[in-house]
Amino acid sequence: MKGNLKTLTNGIIKENPTFVLLLGMCPLLGTTTSALNGMAMGLATTFVLVCSNTVISSLKRFIPDKIRIPAFIVVIATFVSLVEMNMKAYAPALYESLGLFIPLIVVNCVVLGRAEAFAAKNKIFPSLLDGLGMGLGFTLGLTLLGSVRELFGTGKIFSLNIYPEEYGSLIFVLAPGAFIALGYLIAIISKIRNRV
Amino acid sequence: MSYILIFIGAVFVNNIVLSQFLGVCPFLGVSKKVDTAVGMSAAVAFVIVIATLFTFLIHSYILKPFGLEFMQTIAFILVIAALVQMVEIVLKKVSPALYQALGVFLPLITTNCAILGVAILVVQKDFTLLSSLVYAFSTAIGFGLALILFSGIREQLSYTNVPKSMEGTPIALITAGILAMAFMGFSGIV
Repeated sequence: MKGNLKTLTNGIIKENPTFVLLLGMCPLLGTTTSALNGMAMGLATTFVLVCSNTVISSLKRFIPDKIRIPAFIVVIATFVSLVEMNMKAYAPALYESLGLFIPLIVVNCVVLGRAEAFAAKNKIFPSLLDGLGMGLGFTLGLTLLGSVRELFGTGKIFSLNIYPEEYGSLIFVLAPGAFIALGYLIAIISKIRNRV
Repeated sequence: MSYILIFIGAVFVNNIVLSQFLGVCPFLGVSKKVDTAVGMSAAVAFVIVIATLFTFLIHSYILKPFGLEFMQTIAFILVIAALVQMVEIVLKKVSPALYQALGVFLPLITTNCAILGVAILVVQKDFTLLSSLVYAFSTAIGFGLALILFSGIREQLSYTNVPKSMEGTPIALITAGILAMAFMGFSGIV
């Protein structure tokens, strides 16, 4: 039980994919124009991670070692297509704003990285937890960056007004703001980690 | 004329890295030295054009006629992964010198989202074959331009004193932000 809890929290705190491992930077920068977009992208990735980790872990005995990477990619791409079609059908506005980044979950290094580093070596249940933990860690990072950008850019978090919109600076919603906000966030987090 | 517009648009206005956020991982990962940045850019340019050619043909002659467009993501990523492997094998046999220069970057390219991104974008934009190839090539030039500029800045940056918690990735990201701001000056040209 204790081991399972450790597997789950590992991805959220100790090996957080966005702030510690620095994986999956493209969706992190590209979809966090608002807190909601960031969170939706994070949850979509979490779903793919959990499903792909579980399936890969249960199939690991049948996948020959030499072609494991293409096999993993097929499994991942299947779930990504599922997410893509469901989102297109039930949340078209969200699909529109996340756009290209939904199919690009396939090449998100977090997903393939966990399949290779964890699911291919461990039992089904821990793999599921690892996927969940990593996914939630990734979601946390995306939501945090999205909130910061939305707050400084438009004075809102999750569309809730914090201060008047005129005082916000649009640059945070545009491309350069993504890089700058993430740079400062990582610096602040590594400062805190060094102190603790 | 329209090809020139596509070129300028993809290189400067909608730069793949600095305004569309595709291929950020190699942009941050291999930009510590100018030499490796040049090698990576060349490898990406090589693969992106071939991959776009193949995915375009597969989309218009296999997926579309049979109504299999929902298979797009799976088909494209498999084609790209296989293609990268093939390019690696062919290059090793045909031109060992080129393989020496590009070889180390090739395995990394499969997970470069710029490749899959461009393959999907040209289908979304409904380009013809020739304009797809022009677009893919210009995107690769844009990627190379951003990567080489950025690596030049980072080489200089390594000689400066930055606050301890800003060292490494944070300062690189902030520099990239300022570079992106400079590229925003091109918006409105096309």
